[in-house]
Amino acid sequence: MANPLAQFEIKPIAEIQIGDFDASFTNSSAFMVLTVAAVTLFLVLSMRRRAIVPGRWQSMAELSYEFVANMVRDNVGNEGRRYFPFIFSLFMFILFGNLIGLIPYAFTFTSHIIVTFAMAIVVFLGVTVIGFLRHGVHFLGFFVPKGVHPVMWILLIPIEVLSYLSRPVSLSIRLFANMMAGHTMLKVFAGFIIPLGILGGWAPLAMAVALSGFEFLVAFLQAYVFTVLACLYLNDAVHLH
Amino acid sequence: MSDEKPPLSLDELDARLRKAKAEQHQHEPDGPRGGASMSGFGMAFRIGTELVAALLVGVGFGLVLDGWLDTAPWFLVVFFFLGAGAGILNVYRAANRMGTAPRLIGDQTPDGDGKGPAEKG
Repeated sequence: MANPLAQFEIKPIAEIQIGDFDASFTNSSAFMVLTVAAVTLFLVLSMRRRAIVPGRWQSMAELSYEFVANMVRDNVGNEGRRYFPFIFSLFMFILFGNLIGLIPYAFTFTSHIIVTFAMAIVVFLGVTVIGFLRHGVHFLGFFVPKGVHPVMWILLIPIEVLSYLSRPVSLSIRLFANMMAGHTMLKVFAGFIIPLGILGGWAPLAMAVALSGFEFLVAFLQAYVFTVLACLYLNDAVHLH
Repeated sequence: MSDEKPPLSLDELDARLRKAKAEQHQHEPDGPRGGASMSGFGMAFRIGTELVAALLVGVGFGLVLDGWLDTAPWFLVVFFFLGAGAGILNVYRAANRMGTAPRLIGDQTPDGDGKGPAEKG
């Protein structure tokens, strides 16, 4: 049976070595480029006609725009509008990366924790910088619980700081674990179909079909969860609760 | 005979647009509205990662500080418990945002930033 984890292997396509640093163009990078190209093509081509009554493609592009715009407005409020381009790019990148990864033989770059962690740390650092830019030193008050005796601060401030620092970790683990678990499970069930033959192969086949449908849901849901949490963190930085 | 009303000047149009926009914005509360609706599976996974992530950060912090200051295992012990506390705080906040956490007395924020339980200290 094929190794269910072989699909996550990083294979260099073009080897590039800068000093001691391995900067090879890998299958992971290739699919990231493909994702960016697909998102750009999708949005540019579908909005080319700019019809008042949208066609199918334009409708999809407008739907995704409105979906993210509503998400930003609901979670951050009106001040969140200026961060919309970033949130929208983030959402489309993760969503298309997840969906392209579902194509057989494709590589899912969101199933690598370093990729999701890089995205999460960008969100985390960006939100922290926005918080400090908007509120200056007052942003540190975010870590001081209100209505608590100052003696308890010794215990509670480290907990608040750790809770804040754990955000990029939980954000990246969630996306990576969901994608990796789903793809591994799919591969394991698919691997049983041929060995079990025509008599017993139907059960794993049915399972693989059901899981494929479920994976589409997960691909969308995880992109949504990632961006909604980015919005919530942005809201904390903008409004300072 | 059909077109007796003069067309709106651009200034008038601008004023009307601004009025309509202002009205639209008035209906939008500035801040979060309700939590995200998620499937039970997504919710369970979210809670789990929140707990584990904080613990990981705490333990990592402790190990790094120990290695740096040569005080093993004291910082690991301290930060393990702080990380566990942060994890529980994370879970409480995540559950609060989903609207499923028990409401504590004196906790009036509907979106729940989790400042309520701190009052017990």
